[in-house]
Order: sequence, then C-alpha cells, then structure tokens
Amino acid sequence: MHKLLASTYKELLLLARDIGGIAILFIMPLVLIVTITLIQDSTFKTVTDVTIPILVVDNDNDEVSATILNGLKDANAFKVITKSSEAEAKDLVFKGTYQLAIVIPENLTESLQNKINQNVEALVAKFGLEDSQKNETPTVKNKEVRLYFDPATQLSFKSSVKNGIDKMISKIETQSIYKAFQEQLLDDPSEKIFETDSFITFKEILPEDKKDDFIPNSVQHNVPAWTLFAIFFIIVPLSINIVKEKSQGTFVRLRTNPVSYATVLGGKTLVYLIVCLIQFVLMLLVGVYLFPKIGLPTLDVSGRLPLLFIVALFAGLAAIGLGLLLGTIAKTQEQSAPFGATLVVILAALGGVWVPVFIMPKTMQILSNISPMNWGLNAFYDVFLRNGTLLDLLPEIALLLLFFIITTGIAIIYNEKKNAV
Amino acid sequence: MIHINQVSKKYNGADMFSVANLSLHVNEKEIFGLLGPNGAGKTTLISILCSLIKPTSGEFTINGLSYKKHKNQLKQLIGIVPQEYALYPTLTAFENLKYFGSMYGLKGPDLNQRINKALEHLGLLHFAHKKIQTFSGGMKRRVNLIASILHQPKVLFLDEPTVGVDVQSKNVIIKFLQELNQQGTTIIYTSHHLNEAESFCTRVAIIDHGKIITKGEPKTLINNHEGAHNLEDVFLNLTGKALRDHA
Repeated sequence: MHKLLASTYKELLLLARDIGGIAILFIMPLVLIVTITLIQDSTFKTVTDVTIPILVVDNDNDEVSATILNGLKDANAFKVITKSSEAEAKDLVFKGTYQLAIVIPENLTESLQNKINQNVEALVAKFGLEDSQKNETPTVKNKEVRLYFDPATQLSFKSSVKNGIDKMISKIETQSIYKAFQEQLLDDPSEKIFETDSFITFKEILPEDKKDDFIPNSVQHNVPAWTLFAIFFIIVPLSINIVKEKSQGTFVRLRTNPVSYATVLGGKTLVYLIVCLIQFVLMLLVGVYLFPKIGLPTLDVSGRLPLLFIVALFAGLAAIGLGLLLGTIAKTQEQSAPFGATLVVILAALGGVWVPVFIMPKTMQILSNISPMNWGLNAFYDVFLRNGTLLDLLPEIALLLLFFIITTGIAIIYNEKKNAV
Repeated sequence: MIHINQVSKKYNGADMFSVANLSLHVNEKEIFGLLGPNGAGKTTLISILCSLIKPTSGEFTINGLSYKKHKNQLKQLIGIVPQEYALYPTLTAFENLKYFGSMYGLKGPDLNQRINKALEHLGLLHFAHKKIQTFSGGMKRRVNLIASILHQPKVLFLDEPTVGVDVQSKNVIIKFLQELNQQGTTIIYTSHHLNEAESFCTRVAIIDHGKIITKGEPKTLINNHEGAHNLEDVFLNLTGKALRDHA
C-alpha cells in the first residue's frame, strides 16, 4: 500500500510539473465540447436563428406556388430569395453560392386543378351523378418541380428538403381534390361536407422524469458524447508517460526494485482516474454555467449527478486500461501518440459519438458493440435522456470495468513475459 | 557471495553469445571490476545478475539466493547504478530519492534521514530541492548512485558509474564507494577507465566475446604480463588494438 501511495504521489508530481500536459488534458476537451456543441446546436433546435438562403424561381405565380413559398417561410429554416431565371438559379447553386434552388413550373396551379377536376368528374360520372358524358377533355401533362442542389450538399439535407416539399405538394393535392368534389357535389360552395384537417397526428412521448417533462437538447446529447471522447483521449498522455519511463531509464531501475508492475500501473491509474473525473466535473460546469451564457441550452444534471459520476468513473477506468496497455506495448512515443489518437477516433466513430449507431451499416452496428465508447455513451444516455437507474446502467458499467481489468491484465502479463527472468 | 555457474546469454536473432559459459566467484566485501571492450558482455552479465534479463543457460546465486526462487529477496539485497541517469528530470533530487527509497519499503523519518545523509556526503544537500533537469552530468551521476544505495544493499552493481563526469565528481563518487565497501558492501563495477579500476578494484576480470580471458588482482595481472606497466597494457595485450565497433 505504501508503494502504491508513493507511486501515486510521484505520478501527481510528474503531472503537476507538466503545465503543457495539464493544459492539453483539461483545456482542450473544454474547447472541443464548446465548439462541437455550438456547431451542432442548430441541428437539435426546433426554432433556430440560423436560416439557409435558398433560391426559388416561381413560374407559376398562383395558389400552389404561394403555398410552397409560405411553407418554406413557415419552416423558419430558409431565407427565400426569388429569382426569375432558372438558368441563373442553377448556375448560382452549381457554383456553391447557394445550397438549393426550387423551380416551380409554369401553370402548375392551373394544371393541377385541371387534372383533379378531370379525375373527379370522371369518378362522379362513374357513379351516375352527372347527367351526361362530357366531351373528350385534353390530357393534362404531368408537371415537375425541379430541385437543384449544390453537389457538396449533404444527403441528409437533400432528403429532408425533398420530403418537406413532397409533403407540401401532397397536402395541396389533397385539398384540391376535396375542393373539386365539393364543387361537383354541392351547389353552395360555402357548405362543408369534408373535414380537411389531418386525421392522424403525431405526439412524441418522452421518458418520464421525476420532476417536469424535459426535452433533450443539443447539450444533453453533446456533453455525454464529447465528454466520453475527451475521457478516452487520456490514453495518449498516459501511454506517452509509460513510454517515457522506458526511454529515460527509470523503468529499468523500477524493474530492479522489489515492486510489482501492477503497483507501478496502480499509481498511474489512480492519478489518471482523478484527471478523468476532474475533466468530467469541468465539462459539467461548462454545460451548466457557461453554455447558457453563450446562448446554448443549459445542461440539466439535477438528480443525476451520482449516476453520472459512476459512469464517468467506469468510462475513465476503461480508457486508462487501454492507455496502460498501449504504453506497455509501444516502444516509442512516435508509436504510442499517433496510434492512441487514431484509436480514440476509431472507437468514437464506432461507438456512435459522431454518427448514431442505428444508421450505420449492419456490420458496423455489430462492430460498435465492441467499442467501450459505445457502452459509455449508452450509459450516459441512460442517465441523461432515458432517466435510467443504477440497475439500468449495470450492464454497461460492468462491461467498462471488465474492459479495464482485461486490458490492464494483458499489460501486466505482456510486461512479465517480455521481461521474464 | 556471488556464484556464477556456466551462465550464457544469446539474444534473439544474434549470431553469437553475448555471455558464453561464464563462471565466476566474487567474495564478500570485494570490489570486483568487470573490464572489457565495447560489446564484450559486461553490461549483459550485470543485467543478468540484476534479474533484468534471463540467461539462456546456467545459473547464479547471490548470498546463497537463487534468482529463480528468491527473486524479490534478491532485489532487496542488491542495488544497481545503471549507465543512464535513471531519474525523473522534472522531479527534484529529494523527490526522486524519496520515491525510489519507497520502492524498497523505506518510509518516514528514516528514509528522509538516509536521503539527507547521502546527499550531504556527496555534496548535494544544497541542491536537494532542485529539479534533476537543472543538474550537471556529475550531479546526476551522484543522485543516480544515491538512488541505488538508500536501502543499504549487500551487493552494489555499477555500470560505468563515472562515465562523462568531471574529475571532482569522479573522486567524490569513488571515495563514497570505497566507504560503502568498508561498511560491508560488495561492489561489482564495470568501467572503461582502466586507471580508475586499477586503483579502485581489489580484483578484476577482463572479458572479451562473452568470456573471461583473465582475472586476478590488478597488480598481479600487471606483473604477470611481460612489458605491462599498468592495467591498460594488460588489457590491450589481451584484447588487441582493433576497433570494436558493432551495430
């Protein structure tokens, strides 16, 4: 125990004397979390200040185009700029000046109305409600609303815009059909025979909170994800610390001392675990106190702190285990630092820190299960977003603990084998 | 004190044995010098005796303890002063010594007293709370030495303890080692400073290609070699003047 405490104290001193290292350990994760949350905030906001300028070429200038334009304005996501020439709009979009141009064809309203009238008349005639066969009416040609996207536009944005416009047009079509029937069947156009409001509506049900209902915001999503990312980045300085011991000869001296490698690693584990927890506290403080001051939603930690610390503790242990293993195996800092950094990025990607696991390809979804960041992220989401209890967290924290035991165990066995006497 | 029996060491991928069937007996309270050109096997032999590397074959005992059965007891019994400064540059001399002393189970006022006494003895007490990275080569060598003797080892292994230090530091180190020896510490020492070895060691062994080619008291060896005026003459006579560069 005395040797473990002495090792811990030595590690504390080494860390305290490395101002640059401390800055990297504590300041960079905070910069990371603030930057990422600011960038991603608009994605999670229902009402946002950020509007995307888009071009609209309105060749219809009638009811349908007015509905589309109103729909775009009501979405609060776009700043609509009207252009008269399709060629100009196309050019501006393909040059990347604008993300999107919508070209509404000429006579869209009229053509739609004619098409619907034709269909309704034909249907009504089929039921014998019309007196006689009408004359052959000319075929109404299909119309297309053309969308021009900047080739650099992300697929998700494209899909979202296409779906939005499709929904608007469908609504216009439905309402026009109702209107046409009304005109065909009734003499008094003010009389209503159809209820045109949506029959099916959506309601989002959120996990029950002990207090009030809360709506997960960008902070609630980002803080756990990027906190975990920062916690795992500890493998870089930790592995460098171990490699340095080897290169400066102190490790050779320790091998001649009556002290086990487990004790040496134990001292490092305790210190770096404290670092992880301090990182976590700082990130929570930023979420709770700094974010509201820079226009971001506040991180809601009320009633969740004990569970959050439990997750942070076990995530920290898993990260440390990986750092100990990497430091033990690596021979130089040139091996450990880039490998460690890349490994964290891969584990983060696999773990769902950047892209949610459910939209990954099937193989990657299976692979994500082996990422300790995935276990940690799920545990954090259990606490932050699903109101999970300690019992709900058990599978994830057990996996994180197991990961720490296995990686540290391998590090000790590897060291013993390599230096076996 | 130290019995080495037919010890050999061949590194993975190496063509030749670094230590080849080497047998040696070192008596208690001796200052025994292991001399030899670069790559002769001195450091390998010391690393084997300090349990840092495993011999390919053969065995040895120190104070009757076998490395195979009494690894931790052996570690408590020996001290090693490695060639490089095995110290934490950003810690002070005192912090370094306190840490390495703690690894031998030393603690509290007893450890502090041992550190201060040794620092004073080697002229470093004023620099106890200065960081190692500010020390000169000679000062680092002295702290390196103290870190290995705080637990009062019965056997002290020194791998070129005076390399790269000034004459003053060298004298202080040698004097300190002689005092330790007088207090009962057996010293095994490697060096390229043959004049130093001649005056410092009670016995020496000259090793080349992993084998002992001669051993005995320095004066006896000089007398037994015709035309030799000092240990260097004996050394060159036995090992030749060819360069021993190897990679």
